[in-house]
Amino acid sequence: MSEHPQFADDLALLALGALQGEERVTLEKHLEGCPACRRELERLRGDMALLALSAAGPAPPSRSRERLLKVIAQEPRAQKTAERRSSWTFLPWLAAAALLLVAGFFWQQSDRLAQRVAQLQDESGQQQAQLERAREVVSTLTSTDALRVTLVAAQTPPQPQGKAIYVRDRSSLIFLASNMPALPPQRIYELWLIPTNGAPIPAGVFKPDARGSATVVEPPLPAGVEAKAFAITVEPEQGSSTPTMPIVMTGAGE
Amino acid sequence: MWGIRSGDESAMAALYDRYSSLVYAVALRVLGDTGAAEDVLQEVFMQLWRNPAAFDSSRGNLGAWLGVIARNRAIDGLRKRRPETDIADVVVSVEPDMAGDAERARAMETVRGALGGMPAPQRSALEMAYFEGLTHTEIAAKTGEPLGTIKTRIRTGLQALRKAFEA
Repeated sequence: MSEHPQFADDLALLALGALQGEERVTLEKHLEGCPACRRELERLRGDMALLALSAAGPAPPSRSRERLLKVIAQEPRAQKTAERRSSWTFLPWLAAAALLLVAGFFWQQSDRLAQRVAQLQDESGQQQAQLERAREVVSTLTSTDALRVTLVAAQTPPQPQGKAIYVRDRSSLIFLASNMPALPPQRIYELWLIPTNGAPIPAGVFKPDARGSATVVEPPLPAGVEAKAFAITVEPEQGSSTPTMPIVMTGAGE
Repeated sequence: MWGIRSGDESAMAALYDRYSSLVYAVALRVLGDTGAAEDVLQEVFMQLWRNPAAFDSSRGNLGAWLGVIARNRAIDGLRKRRPETDIADVVVSVEPDMAGDAERARAMETVRGALGGMPAPQRSALEMAYFEGLTHTEIAAKTGEPLGTIKTRIRTGLQALRKAFEA
């Protein structure tokens, strides 16, 4: 029986060569991907073959036999194939066919694996390149050797400045500061993320270098917080969980 | 048993003696003309001679396969069309053994019994499809019955044949 009853009738028609048009196209497409229906088609063809046995009639005239044998004698076959009836004689062929199948399978598998490896190498090469670029960006931003220049209107005395670059979806924050005043002993600057709702969240601590520059890169932050502003306070060296007033610098997002 | 090396003319003669009646009867039933039936007979055995590998002995028996090839060629001739299927594409998976005379006679009896036991419209739908090479639309047009009815008759008809051999 067919595993796809919707095709049962059409399979029988196809076996008889009586299916035409769109239905035939649809069924043939289905057969490409359905071994169960292909098997059923074979069986139906077998059933159909039985119908030949219902044709009875006179034996063919003897001249037919002579004609055939004469033509055959004039057309010797190039390739001689042994055809034997008992089932075991085609066992070696079956085994050979099975081997071929297995070999084919492995060949296909290894081909697929080779493709996958090439693909992965390609991907990992791309990732490597991206990673290197990211490293360069971060190292430029955070390098102690970096020359940091803040451009301001001419003849303005140097002002402490901080720039926070925050990507909420990735909870990713980079903070750059310049011209920061030197800290009193045992004190540290602390950066705060001021959310639209709730208390300020600690966003890293930093000590500026001799020229007043500092960076905070990717401090640990809770996921997906909407930032209203950033602020800086001066805290004891180990940092605080709530800001100690006053706020020395602040800035809201644009 | 036919431990026959093909490529050998006497083997071909033996095959002819065994199956020519079947092939000829099918061709004659389809074509209704002895000359045309003889041509099909000749053609079918020539195909086997030229391309014995087309018949895959692991997937069917030679009698059934020759019957199918003969029927298809005869229908092609009847409908004046070019051969539609390559003989190597015909795969027949059939249960009864048709190699021996006795087995063939028994199988013929079973088929005729099964056909005889079918309701007349079912038998005729099956025969129109098989021996006249009509499509289901043509059969429906000819009998004035709905397409779905014809389809179901043909399928259940083939099933009845299968059952007759399973019993």
